[in-house]
Amino acid sequence: MIYQGKQKIWSDYQKEIPDNHWFYVRSCIRQNFWPASEKYFLVICRDMLGRDIFESEHHTTCGGIAYHCDTIPQETAMTIVARQFALMTEAGYENLVTSCITSFGNYAEIIETWREFPELEARIREDLWKACRREFKVPKYLAHASDLIYKYRGEIAERAKFHLVDKQTGEPLKIVEHIGCHYSKMFPHKGVGGAEYPCVLSGMVDAWGGEVIDYPERRHCCGYGFRQYHVKANRGYSMSNTYKKFESMEPYHPDAIVTNCPGCPFFLDRWQYVIAEQEGKTYGPDGHGIPALTYEELAGLVLGVDPWDLGLQVHQVGPELLLDKMGVPYDPAHKYDGLDEKALKKPGLPNVLKCC
Amino acid sequence: MDFGFRLSPSSAVDLDKVNLALYDRLAELDPGIRTCIGCGSCSATCTSSAYSGMSVRKVLLALQRGRMQDVEKMLSNCMLCGKCTMVCPRGINTRRLILNACRLYDNVEEEV
Repeated sequence: MIYQGKQKIWSDYQKEIPDNHWFYVRSCIRQNFWPASEKYFLVICRDMLGRDIFESEHHTTCGGIAYHCDTIPQETAMTIVARQFALMTEAGYENLVTSCITSFGNYAEIIETWREFPELEARIREDLWKACRREFKVPKYLAHASDLIYKYRGEIAERAKFHLVDKQTGEPLKIVEHIGCHYSKMFPHKGVGGAEYPCVLSGMVDAWGGEVIDYPERRHCCGYGFRQYHVKANRGYSMSNTYKKFESMEPYHPDAIVTNCPGCPFFLDRWQYVIAEQEGKTYGPDGHGIPALTYEELAGLVLGVDPWDLGLQVHQVGPELLLDKMGVPYDPAHKYDGLDEKALKKPGLPNVLKCC
Repeated sequence: MDFGFRLSPSSAVDLDKVNLALYDRLAELDPGIRTCIGCGSCSATCTSSAYSGMSVRKVLLALQRGRMQDVEKMLSNCMLCGKCTMVCPRGINTRRLILNACRLYDNVEEEV
């Protein structure tokens, strides 16, 4: 195929991401799972890169989890989302960036549904007006927070204090990238690279010096799947999907996993503990696990942020082996220090999985 | 440690490792079985399926996946009435397929 032809085809897989002025909406569960990730998204974009990212304390859940768990109808989720759009409009923004992959999928699905059925949008506008006297504009651009970090990956690489490179050998670190299912599997044109070649995370890894691992179950779900995990009777199935991924990536000896979904890093992290306890199996070197990080945590490490400020101590799998390889300094004595050096409780250690 | 749940058994089929000898032999005797589209017309019309669990579609699927143990019990429930052959949209002689499979199981290498 001629080069120009390839370029033309690839251009269909690209997504337009404005450089500046975003209204940011947070995730319900990420703040509990990885409390520093959203903070450092704002620190990196606002303070380090000088972008205008606005967030409102009035925004709420998008209703995505309840919608995907079949506990609320889509019209209810639409009205909740319409209110978020109203907050964005009132703040004077046209671009919406979400922290959560399911929110991103939820917003994308609702915008597409309204495009197909304008009468439904009119009804939701009426419902929102009756409920809280608010009006809204549909966002001009919708992005996931990882889209922005992907867009700024070059600037982050220019400011990098550490690279995804083994300090001892000089070899690139082997990184598994895992993209949340609701990013581009639902609406491929909404994600960078579409559903076939999503490169939002692999682009970051490449830019920061790492090597992306292509393994057989690369695009398999992490196992969360809402109704799989939220119903306790189905949790074995949830864990089995994670197990399948780990069995598939194990021969490639990954140094770390990077994800862009709230649930994926949680399950890829915590299920390693459960699999180790139940099956006696661990996937990292010498009984350790494979650290599963969010893209903000990885960007923070590259930019030289203290690992404990990034919240890496709340991961089940200890990040120390990765930090040692990258050459990132850390003080083990301060691992469980909270804000203003307030001592956090030190967790008990697992029986099988080595955590530090 | 008991978490109240365990890993579910994997349903993955490794086609490099399973024994496809019986399916390959059957396909040699009657290449038509390779044209099966798995529509299930044979199973829907089967008289014995309702009470015995017999299903020609399942038999073929199990053979394609090398799951011999699943096939044997189902085959023993077939009455060879031939209704499945009459409804097959691909014209596969399913009755002959079952008979051949039974004979191969009994190590009778004889074509119908």
